[in-house]
Amino acid sequence: MSGSAFEKISGRAWVYGDNVDTDVIIPARYLTTSAPELLAPHCMEDIDPAFAGGVRPGDIIVAGGNFGCGSSREHAPIAIKASGVSCVIAMSFARIFFRNAINIGLPILECPEIAAAKGDEIEVDLKMGIIRNNTSGRDFSSNPIPEFLQSLFTVGGLVPYVRERLGAQS
Amino acid sequence: MSGSPKTLAEAIIAAHSNDNAVPGAICQVRVDFAFANDITGPPAAQEFKKMGGARVFDRERCAMILDHFTPNKDIASAVQSKQGREFARDQGMLFWEVGRVGVEHAFLPEQGLVLPGDIVIGADSHTCTYGALGALATGVGQTDLAAVWALGETWLRVPETIKVVYGGVPSKWVGGKDLIISLIGRIGVEGARYKSLEFHGSGIAALSMDDRFTMANMAIEAGGKCGLFPPDAKTLEYAESRKARDFTALYPDDGAGYSSVVELDAGLIEPTVALPHLPGNAKPAKECSDIVIDQVFIGSCTNGRSRDIGLAAEALRGKRVHDRVRLMVIPASYEVYHEALDKGWIKIFTEAGASVCTPTCGPCMGGHLGILAEGERCVSTSNRNFVGRMGHTKSEIILAGPLVAAASALTGRVTDPREVL
Repeated sequence: MSGSAFEKISGRAWVYGDNVDTDVIIPARYLTTSAPELLAPHCMEDIDPAFAGGVRPGDIIVAGGNFGCGSSREHAPIAIKASGVSCVIAMSFARIFFRNAINIGLPILECPEIAAAKGDEIEVDLKMGIIRNNTSGRDFSSNPIPEFLQSLFTVGGLVPYVRERLGAQS
Repeated sequence: MSGSPKTLAEAIIAAHSNDNAVPGAICQVRVDFAFANDITGPPAAQEFKKMGGARVFDRERCAMILDHFTPNKDIASAVQSKQGREFARDQGMLFWEVGRVGVEHAFLPEQGLVLPGDIVIGADSHTCTYGALGALATGVGQTDLAAVWALGETWLRVPETIKVVYGGVPSKWVGGKDLIISLIGRIGVEGARYKSLEFHGSGIAALSMDDRFTMANMAIEAGGKCGLFPPDAKTLEYAESRKARDFTALYPDDGAGYSSVVELDAGLIEPTVALPHLPGNAKPAKECSDIVIDQVFIGSCTNGRSRDIGLAAEALRGKRVHDRVRLMVIPASYEVYHEALDKGWIKIFTEAGASVCTPTCGPCMGGHLGILAEGERCVSTSNRNFVGRMGHTKSEIILAGPLVAAASALTGRVTDPREVL
């Protein structure tokens, strides 16, 4: 996570519905690479062709239930992160996407009550799990992240966690 | 290990962990088998190196399976396969070349490399297929998989379990695909999110192993972490005759705590399809007979096994695929391919006017060998009918079992097999 997990972030909302699957986040025809800079131009291409051209650094994806369902491709959170998105807020996440996002350091917040319209200004305190929709004036709180996963954040993600453990073994 | 009665998922996690395996807890677990494919393997290898990994935790329990874009469809996929192959050879881990492998989730059980009671982690979402053997098998991304290769361990949140009871016995026109699509239609595509599905009942006891693989394969399409079949005589016969190592089958305890129970009557389930664009859009095939199609795909990790290919072949014997329809048949492994040769199924397909290809994931996720153009519609025995999954975003996929697929290939529209067979 390189420390990013505990910062305050803000950006414009890109709003999607339920069951946004990894095939529409990054279609399989682009999976002959896992390079972030090659995936980002195709992010969300099959659900929102205007996304990749319109997204600005810091923007936030707000979605319904079961975000990231489908394939295990880590290319999906990689593409989202590389497109400049600072955070994904969803009513719920599919489990593999949830793990992948944490592992690559894409901040995600599960918030069953979240409500936003496209372009709303959203502010997020990742440490406190508080979401403020500055356009509607409403506040939301996200579900807490399990302790073990917080400890993964603290050491900077799964790669440094394993590095540390392998180092300790040798 | 003792304590309160456990579901099968809880029992398997408890047997692999020193942590208390109660629903919601995060447990560190020992992993019995870990693998990646040509899409996830090369980036997993990169992450493994970033982690400081020198050797995989056990080269007989780690595999690289190049199956998605193979035989390679273009230069980029050839480069990807080359990276995967080189890492596998350097590590001395399990690896098989094109022509000797198959679709990962058909191939690994055939080889006896994934077994009852195992925890299996794969960098592919359909890793849940091995739940048919009573293995807790689940998909992860490439970084998680790299960590398993390095440590031989991972973390799992102990899932709540939904008990699914199929009463009755399915008719001869109904198989695992119809049963699982009906369930997803009932509980929804996130009805089992983060949870384990545990299958019970006379309708399950009656099913072949191949039908059970089909059902476990699609647990993820209900959002499930896994779809588990407590082992019975069929499971043990399959595993004992193929095992590459010893195993200990595990079972749920009487009185285990289930988050809910879902009951279906297998005897009342009809040949069923899932309409675009969600696997939960279940509908009886006979109510969809006005839907005209352009292509049929019979294969994949869902329905590319012996029973699937055999049923489709017998349905097509001596008949011709509809003039307007392209039928792609792809046996999921060479074991299946050889059986299809021995039993004359390949000849039945080619004489019927089908294209038969070498084992590969092929068109399932829009890779190759049958991509759809704008406006085209395909009946597919695969597992996902998401927007753009097999090609253009304005193409459509209708999921079905092998009998509906074969019947539809004959008529050029979605067809209940009872109408033509």
